[in-house]
Amino acid sequence: MARGILVVCEQREGEIKRATHEALSEASRLAAALGGEVAALLIGDKVKAKAASLAAFGAKKVFVADDARLGGYAVEAYTNVAKKVCDDFRPDFILLPATALGKDLAPRLAARLGAGLASDVIRTEVTDGSLVLTRPIFAGKALLSLKVTSQPQVITLRPKVMALAEPDAALTADVQDVALAGLLDTIRTTITKTEKATTGRPDVSEADIIISGGRGIKAPENFKILEELADLLGAAVGASRAAVDAGWRDHQDQVGQTGKTVTPNLYIACGISGAIQHLAGMLSSKCIVAINKDSEAPIFQVCDYGIVGDLFEILPLFTEEYRTVKSRG
Amino acid sequence: MEFDLKEHQQMIKETARDFAEKELKPVASKLDEEASFPTENVKKLGELGFMGMMVPEEFGGAGLDSVSYAIAVEEISRGCASTGVIMSVNNSLVCQPILEWGTPEQKQKFLPDLAKGKKLGAFSLTEPEAGSDAGNIQTTAVLAGDNYVINGTKIFVTSGAKADVVLLFASTDKTLKAKGLTAFLVEKGMPGFKIGKKENKMGIRASDTSELIFEDCKVPKANMLGQPGQGFKIAMRTLDGGRIGIAAQAVGIAQACLEAAVKYSKERKQFGKPICEFQAIQWMLADMAVEVDAARFLTLRAAYTKDKGVSYSKEAAMAKLFASGTAVKSAINAVQVHGGYGYMKEYDVERYFRDAKITEIYEGTSEVQRLVIAASLLKA
Amino acid sequence: MNLVVCVKHVPDTESRIRVKGDGTGIVTEGLNFVVNPYDEFAVEEAIRIKERIPGSKVIVVTIGPEDATKSIRTCLAMGADDAVHVVDGDFQRFDGVATAAMLAAVIKDLQFDLIICGKQAVDDDCAQVGPALAEFLGIPDVSVVTKLDVAADAKKITAVRETEAARETVECSLPALVTAQKGLNEPRYPSLPAIMKAKKTAIKTVPAAELGLGPDGAPRVEVLKFAEPPARKAGRVLEGEPRQVVKQVVTLLVEEARVL
Repeated sequence: MARGILVVCEQREGEIKRATHEALSEASRLAAALGGEVAALLIGDKVKAKAASLAAFGAKKVFVADDARLGGYAVEAYTNVAKKVCDDFRPDFILLPATALGKDLAPRLAARLGAGLASDVIRTEVTDGSLVLTRPIFAGKALLSLKVTSQPQVITLRPKVMALAEPDAALTADVQDVALAGLLDTIRTTITKTEKATTGRPDVSEADIIISGGRGIKAPENFKILEELADLLGAAVGASRAAVDAGWRDHQDQVGQTGKTVTPNLYIACGISGAIQHLAGMLSSKCIVAINKDSEAPIFQVCDYGIVGDLFEILPLFTEEYRTVKSRG
Repeated sequence: MEFDLKEHQQMIKETARDFAEKELKPVASKLDEEASFPTENVKKLGELGFMGMMVPEEFGGAGLDSVSYAIAVEEISRGCASTGVIMSVNNSLVCQPILEWGTPEQKQKFLPDLAKGKKLGAFSLTEPEAGSDAGNIQTTAVLAGDNYVINGTKIFVTSGAKADVVLLFASTDKTLKAKGLTAFLVEKGMPGFKIGKKENKMGIRASDTSELIFEDCKVPKANMLGQPGQGFKIAMRTLDGGRIGIAAQAVGIAQACLEAAVKYSKERKQFGKPICEFQAIQWMLADMAVEVDAARFLTLRAAYTKDKGVSYSKEAAMAKLFASGTAVKSAINAVQVHGGYGYMKEYDVERYFRDAKITEIYEGTSEVQRLVIAASLLKA
Repeated sequence: MNLVVCVKHVPDTESRIRVKGDGTGIVTEGLNFVVNPYDEFAVEEAIRIKERIPGSKVIVVTIGPEDATKSIRTCLAMGADDAVHVVDGDFQRFDGVATAAMLAAVIKDLQFDLIICGKQAVDDDCAQVGPALAEFLGIPDVSVVTKLDVAADAKKITAVRETEAARETVECSLPALVTAQKGLNEPRYPSLPAIMKAKKTAIKTVPAAELGLGPDGAPRVEVLKFAEPPARKAGRVLEGEPRQVVKQVVTLLVEEARVL
């Protein structure tokens, strides 16, 4: 029996989100291992033109639900549409990115389908023809391996984890319109306003990314270089005790034994030697990058990636390089 | 016999701990440095019911048992020892004696506000010539018509300058010595009641410790607590309960010391490894842990005995003696584990060290506690 | 207004989580269990709505072991009026959809205008129960809400939800379900008198086996194994031409570490 894998795509203002490409890449890999056809479901308003591009990441079929009423996320309408496509296509697996939208839609769809759901999956493995999923639990303090035992299986994938396939512009897909009659009648939620996410910098204790400066920053005005990168990354700006004692930064931003203990995904330590008093506050970071002129600095013992160099030269280059990478999408 | 906390005691412990972590700890160092009173936090504690925990519901309290109280004082003190003593004095040294010795009118007048934290209480016994020798009190109270006229100076009064109600002990008959002492509830604003010097202390600096001056202070007869001559008995009985609070405060300080020492020893590396891997440090931590637990159990045992309604002076004295000694020892060891850094104000253990000492002194010195215990052993 | 709040009894986030040697679960000995922090926001929000709209009632529903009563009483002490406790020792099933089916079986018989859940439980981190529950009950949902207003006529709500790129203001008709995100409110401490009063509130208990679920209640996932996260690998220090080195590191951060 041929297996089908349906990827429910996410778009914002007509642009397909990277997490969708990741999900399609993963779906293609699963189809190669388990057999079956990869299909994509694209929901939105005036999105039909984007449908063909999903083929580049492996979709053989694209179901398009294009309607003014679907422009903004409307949970019940999206669920109805997804259910209809599932009834027609009968996929064995339904993948969604574990974004805010995916995390809302997937449980509703699973409940509607009488299916089980594995959320925020970071690894998939095919073992004896069945799919084993791994996901973090207890805020990542442990990992859980599980199988979804229902037919179909609904899975959401953690963004930025699944490898992106090389897009092949030569690939094509069979694009079909979804018959929307009757599916969009009960829409009980309406988005009345959309604003860009808050411009304020996150607090050091909550940020996913922190860029910290120490004695090597030399002067308070030089923190501007860190702030520029921080704004680009949506990061918080932290400081070592040396920088706070010198009056360059506020004690609120101090990371360390007598400051805050932080657990970001990425901690970039600039001009910080790595004394234990500081390390005690950031050693639980998922990934540590150190930039320091002194190759003997203790921070290089604990970092995941270290750059020996002048931070005044390295940081602007880092900012520039990240901008380039980001614009490439 | 059970060592597990009841569900409501577990909830109280968690609420007090949450409050200490979120509200007290972040400002404790600053208040200590500035020697400023934790007004906001005391207000919040009052609103949550922590200032009159054992006051019955009919007077606006939570009607809780002493064990719950001891648990709460420990958690609050673990965050801020100064706040711990402010809470303990209000509960044990002011609310409790009014409950035990007050007339229905006095209970109705004073307890609801004290229990809800709307009014703050203080306990004033000590004088320049009367510390351990409480019977040597010189402050006089002379009956004149419907008032008692009080003259004298009191020192080292916790919350003295901030209190709305002061439980004051004065002599109504010097010839009877201790048996001539009488208790009064003096209210802020009564004529002749003045705040004197605010002490500049080694520790618990956010707690206000002041001199109180009484110059022909007129206190209505209706504000006498108990009978003339009952003052000494009231003071001693009240201090029995206060000792449970101070023992709990000491346990809180000791616990904070233990946690700080364990944490630091895991982080600090010398000679190529974290210092917690050295036996010397492990033994220090082990000894601290045993003593903190022992202090806690002695304190809870004293509270439990009080709740049973039987005499508990010996148990309370044992708890306070041991817990205060433990607090001081734990603080010394915690600073030692931190090495040079422990001597710096940047680290909390420096404050714990200065806070701990007073627990061996106030509400009956450790020497007095030993006399109480010996007296209990030797009678009959 | 009738409000229902779903609350889970979970290990304290400060807890040290260790996986059992045989990988069959986590070590529960020594763990302190508390109200799920996201559910605390939910309870607080429900109580604030109750305080604003006279005549309102807040019911707490929990699926959990016997000692989950501590968490339930904490919610009552915060101001909830009643509670239903589905007693289930097997409550950490990592299957949010099945859990939602159980909750739906209880809640469908309650009067409700608004259901508030936490956005996820801090043990399983599934974030499934809220939307799945709304689906089972046939009501709309707005998830990950950071601000909630109830219309004066109590017939609709206006919620602000945070998505990756934007903040959406969503209007939704009642009855509905929302899931609470951090920032929605600052939960109150339960006062001591309230803790003592909550001791006396009767909690309705229902054994899980008596929920009368059909196939909806069957498990939909099979838990295979628990594991510790991988140990930190040794780091790499790069020296050389600055532009090259930077390019290398950024690439590694994006593709290897996947933190950018």
